[in-house]
Amino acid sequence: MLPLNATILRINEESPSVKTFFFDLQFETMKPGQFVMVWVRGVDEVPMGLSSKNSITVQKVGEATSKLFELKEGDSFGLRGPFGKGFSLPSEGEKTLVIAGGVGAAPLAPYAEAARSAGSEVHTVLGARSADDLLFEERFAAAGKVYVSTDDGSKGTKGFVTDVLNGLNLSVYNRIAVCGPEIMMASVFRLLEERKALKKSEFSLHRYFKCGIGVCGACCIDRSGLRVCKDGPVFSGEQLLDSELGKYMRDASGRRVKI
Amino acid sequence: MYTLTGLKLKNPTILAAGVLGTTGASLCRVAREGGAGAAVTKSIGPMPKTGHPNPSMVKLDYGFLNAMGLPNPSYPAFIQELEIAKKDSGVPIIASIFGGSPAEFEEVAEGMLPAKPDAFELNVSCPHAEGYGADIGSNPCLVEAVTAAVKDVANVPVWVKLTPNVSDITCIGNAAESGGADAVVAINTLKGMAIDIESGYPVLGNRSGGLSGKAVKPVAVKCVYDLYTALEIPVIGVGGVSSWQDAVEIMMAGAAAVQVGSAVYDRLDIFSEISTGIEAFLQRKGYSDVKELIGLAHEMV
Repeated sequence: MLPLNATILRINEESPSVKTFFFDLQFETMKPGQFVMVWVRGVDEVPMGLSSKNSITVQKVGEATSKLFELKEGDSFGLRGPFGKGFSLPSEGEKTLVIAGGVGAAPLAPYAEAARSAGSEVHTVLGARSADDLLFEERFAAAGKVYVSTDDGSKGTKGFVTDVLNGLNLSVYNRIAVCGPEIMMASVFRLLEERKALKKSEFSLHRYFKCGIGVCGACCIDRSGLRVCKDGPVFSGEQLLDSELGKYMRDASGRRVKI
Repeated sequence: MYTLTGLKLKNPTILAAGVLGTTGASLCRVAREGGAGAAVTKSIGPMPKTGHPNPSMVKLDYGFLNAMGLPNPSYPAFIQELEIAKKDSGVPIIASIFGGSPAEFEEVAEGMLPAKPDAFELNVSCPHAEGYGADIGSNPCLVEAVTAAVKDVANVPVWVKLTPNVSDITCIGNAAESGGADAVVAINTLKGMAIDIESGYPVLGNRSGGLSGKAVKPVAVKCVYDLYTALEIPVIGVGGVSSWQDAVEIMMAGAAAVQVGSAVYDRLDIFSEISTGIEAFLQRKGYSDVKELIGLAHEMV
């Protein structure tokens, strides 16, 4: 598909460095965890997880996102997708644990909502640097119980999501969905591995995408060779055993860069 | 087993350059899960390159447009990937290389040799990288010089991948043969472009790029057909092959083997599917060897 034209209807400032852009297209069939390629014309095209059927939630990190932050309501950008594999939804009566760090909460908010609608009890561990950086706390709270952690202790547990997880009985959950900065996900991965909970967990990975449609191979991960854009971005914990998670990723040229 | 320029292939399907070939693990997956008889790496050059800005590839109704811009980590960084592919893929691995001059091609080929590629494929055909690819591949003198330079240092077969964006592809094929090429590969993508009418912006980050997929198959069939007549060395067919029927067709035009690229979009095991399909076709038609298909159309007059 060629990029669709998305006109910005509304912009929410979620935190000093994060904005949500609502647009005039509705991706009715989107599965939480799937992404779109966001084309800031004349600049670049970058992958973004959908934070609802008609929104992306963006952290300002580079050239394309900086340009995106300059756009106003009524401006437009190009959109292709939704692409990739999303998080698996629970069945009725199952218990779901959502573990979200920073802007990683973006694809997990619609997941928590969809899991709740499917009849699952949803608990969320939501982490951020500070109280101001907590993303979508109300949306997670509407889906179920929320445990908050902040690095600076300005709200909830002082520390990381793993500090909250240490106090939780993970055996009660049927599914665990994780998204956040790679270092956080790597710590969560190790914790879930130690507590024999990898089998029921899923992680959403972030890698440099070039084609975004599973052909070029720029986003393949070691040692499986799985494509993050097409076989992921959501992978089961078992798929990530013996992987590059938390160790390195490849840059736009394909060189390994330590995390 | 099937022999191509001395390489032993379990079937005549080969992963094309620039597709799923950036990492050793990915090449292994294409060979093991996908069933490819051999695999060509991403094109590797002398210096790291990040390539063109995105969008770098879009799917159209009839094919794909791409302008990656030869992103690659350079040969010193790629050696570890090539070693993984060589160790674990179980199939011949062909190193695709590029440079801006015969000396650069020679440098990259020499630099890759310690990782023991089974063959080299020279990219003189990428249509959207200034100073590289088709800028060299549309000049017969340069093609001959580049081929000869790599043949000088390489102790493995050298394939030369040709661009269709020239007035006479056989002239370029002849130059590669004169330079000592062991095979030619035809074709790379056709120059193309798409424009976003909502904004007027060209869609690709590089503004224009190359067309692959179903739309280019008839062009590939004709180029292979002409090269088969013009050259002594084998022609490897590539361009829009996405089924066993396509593979048989391009072999009948003269291809000694087929490469598959864009079609991995639909399914990774396209290689197994094509090779099984060819086998069934041979049985149904009573052919004793796949080689009987090669160039068959030339005899039908």
